[in-house]
Amino acid sequence: MTTSTDTERNASVAERGMGFGLRQLNRLAGSDLLDRIRLRKQVERALFQGTKNGFRSATAAGRTFKAAQQLGKPARQKKGKSKGLFDLGPDDEQQMFQEAGRDFAAAKIRPAAHDADDACETPAELLNEAAELGVNMLGVPEELGGVMHEQAAVTSVLIGEALANGDMGIAYAALAPGAVATAIGHWGSAEQEATYLPAFTGEDVPAAALAILEPRPLFDPLKLETTARKKGDEWVLKGAKSLLARAKDCELFVIAAEAEGIGPALFVVESGAKGLSVEAEPAMGLRPAATGRLLIENVKLPASALLGEDNAKAEDYVDCINRSRVAWCALATGASQAVLDYVIPYVNDRKAFGEPISNRQGVAFGVSDIGIESEGMRLATYRAASRADRGEKFAREAAIARRLCAVKGMQIGSEGVQLLGGHGFVKEHPVERWYRDLRAAGVMEGALLV
Amino acid sequence: MINLEIPKKFKPLATQANQVATEVFRPISRKYDEAEHSYPKELDMLASLIDGMNEGSDMGGAGAAGVRREKSDDGENRNGSNLSTVLGIIELCWGDVGLLLSMPRQGLGNSAIASVATDEQLERYGGKWAAMAITEPEAGSDSAAIRTTAELDGDEYVLNGEKIFVTSGDRADLIVVWATLDRSKGRAAIKSFIVERDNPGLKLDRLEHKLGIRASDTANFTLQDCRVPKEALLGDPEVKEKGFAGVMETFDNTRPLVAAMAVGVTRAALEETRRRLASAGVEIDYDTPALSQPAAAARFLEMEADYEAAWLLTLQAAWMADNSKPNSLQASMAKAKAGRTCVDVTLGCVELCGAVGLGESELLEKWARDAKILDIFEGTQQIQLLIVARQLLGKNSSELR
Repeated sequence: MTTSTDTERNASVAERGMGFGLRQLNRLAGSDLLDRIRLRKQVERALFQGTKNGFRSATAAGRTFKAAQQLGKPARQKKGKSKGLFDLGPDDEQQMFQEAGRDFAAAKIRPAAHDADDACETPAELLNEAAELGVNMLGVPEELGGVMHEQAAVTSVLIGEALANGDMGIAYAALAPGAVATAIGHWGSAEQEATYLPAFTGEDVPAAALAILEPRPLFDPLKLETTARKKGDEWVLKGAKSLLARAKDCELFVIAAEAEGIGPALFVVESGAKGLSVEAEPAMGLRPAATGRLLIENVKLPASALLGEDNAKAEDYVDCINRSRVAWCALATGASQAVLDYVIPYVNDRKAFGEPISNRQGVAFGVSDIGIESEGMRLATYRAASRADRGEKFAREAAIARRLCAVKGMQIGSEGVQLLGGHGFVKEHPVERWYRDLRAAGVMEGALLV
Repeated sequence: MINLEIPKKFKPLATQANQVATEVFRPISRKYDEAEHSYPKELDMLASLIDGMNEGSDMGGAGAAGVRREKSDDGENRNGSNLSTVLGIIELCWGDVGLLLSMPRQGLGNSAIASVATDEQLERYGGKWAAMAITEPEAGSDSAAIRTTAELDGDEYVLNGEKIFVTSGDRADLIVVWATLDRSKGRAAIKSFIVERDNPGLKLDRLEHKLGIRASDTANFTLQDCRVPKEALLGDPEVKEKGFAGVMETFDNTRPLVAAMAVGVTRAALEETRRRLASAGVEIDYDTPALSQPAAAARFLEMEADYEAAWLLTLQAAWMADNSKPNSLQASMAKAKAGRTCVDVTLGCVELCGAVGLGESELLEKWARDAKILDIFEGTQQIQLLIVARQLLGKNSSELR
């Protein structure tokens, strides 16, 4: 966290973004260490990459969200019904989304992945095109302009998997606003739905973040350090949230905080709120998502900011946590499949000792294990999501899928690099990126939803 | 619609099988582990009951004969006998895998017959208990290298050779014997033959003493001028290049069954360990991150995650068979994952439960011993990885050996 003055504490995110960039620049420019180790050129370039989002967010004005229509009670998507048979086949609608996601990932995301990773940014056109697939409105009830009649956790999983097969970081950037829409569509009050959801079904979808993860070891979303204190009719929020996609561009946040008298709960916060600021938080993985940290310093919110208002329930918060875990599993599954699809032709083409290296069991069995474990990850993720869609308990299934995806996902990322040897370690091949991203998928909490 | 739950229509069957496991298998589990080679006579009555279950439904019951593939190309999702059989086996092996392997008329030989027999052969051999004899002293995983020969002599085949590791070999009515019609023609000449147990040319050499599944007898035989009728050859008698592939296809149906056995044993160990941990004050919490919980809980979660993957891969392989989708990749994935998971988890549970896990007063140590065979028979871990790799890499057996 950077130092802050009283005037800055009262500045908006947009204003703070500019201030942050300049201050960082100044501090680094004054260091003679850079010249001594002849790194000034590289650092200046890195600084440019790391802060240009900061300058951009300074000009992005947070829009005004206004209720367009008023429903008597919150609209909700219906639960799915099962025919009671075991079935691994997606329905027609899901298949359509899946195929659209796959095509888009192959044609647009994968080719952009390397540069987006390097730049720590996903091109806006690409995000707009992803939004056109409808990925941000899967959790928006039909009454508010959504397209899905029933709950769409499985559909969200299939899309997340497909997009992350192109690139996990770009997928994160593309899907993050949808998490906020889904949170409001699932647990928001009628007023909150009417105020915020229309923005997510239109053409100009706002950047938005579901802010749960905090910057500390052994983070537990049920034991938040971010607090919401009651002060008269207002809530006062204080804390920090980590690794939010496009934090500097975000116009809307749903923030998890330990709420006085309630326990962990979610708050809807517009980016213009006084006391919010962001700083760049580039990480090992997910770099195209331009991850940033949200600093919340005594942010005053009206009572109506509590997601769900009078009907906010403790189990809704836990539901949210579990749905986000399933979403990250979907991304991990997609990236693991990418590793598998990439190493197969590589080990078949690469020759050593006079024959393809895939003729050796030591190499071939590595490929088998990627195949077996990624299939297990996929099935466990599908199970959790399909239970969620039918309104069945899925906390166990979500936890199981998360464990699998954290452990096996990481192993798959590692094996992908290993199978390419030294070539896997250099950026000419994407496996080193998947190595970084697959580690991230097991660490993330919140941020995405199914 | 994607749904990975046990279908409603099979729940009564799973419940029934679980009752058998609880009321019949568990109480005698230790007894027959200790009394190796003695016949579990309690199973006779049970076998009739299971025959009845199989007869009375179109869903294959819990029997090994339920793997026969039905043609279905109407595009409708089917949950059939492959899936119900897998579910039944999981429940029964949750009770005791050694006893399941000793169940009359439920041998892997029965699965082989069900998979490839002609209708006439089904008629002739139906209702009998069939064991499977593939392995030889010099040919284990490399089943194409078997030396047992079959020579046509008039209307009979004459079998000569040695077979080891025949599960239920002493107790079964029939032995399905793999033999070659012509050793110079390689795998294309390998066929399977049904030999009646009382055939004078079939001589029992000995029964093995084993690490686990001690309730199940494991027999070694010598076949000496063992004569069987021509009609005892299963499938197509022609020596064709694809012939062996046909024999191997049996495994696509039986590997999910062995995976199911491993899944059942794994679940037994996990459930017992969960109870033991709870009594020691460690509850598994699915909402709290694994690493914020006690180390034992985190370990348990990881084992349960592997269990879930093995279970789902097994259901997937069976579901594909029910829906006439080629599943040899998924069958081997399921077998590989379930086999290694069963060993890792049962041994892990022994460690978590300490002396209670290791001691013979409980069944945890027995499950850990039983587990190991499940990563070996019906294709070892390494063979499964080889099959998976060949499929994924598009390699044949001469390229990736």
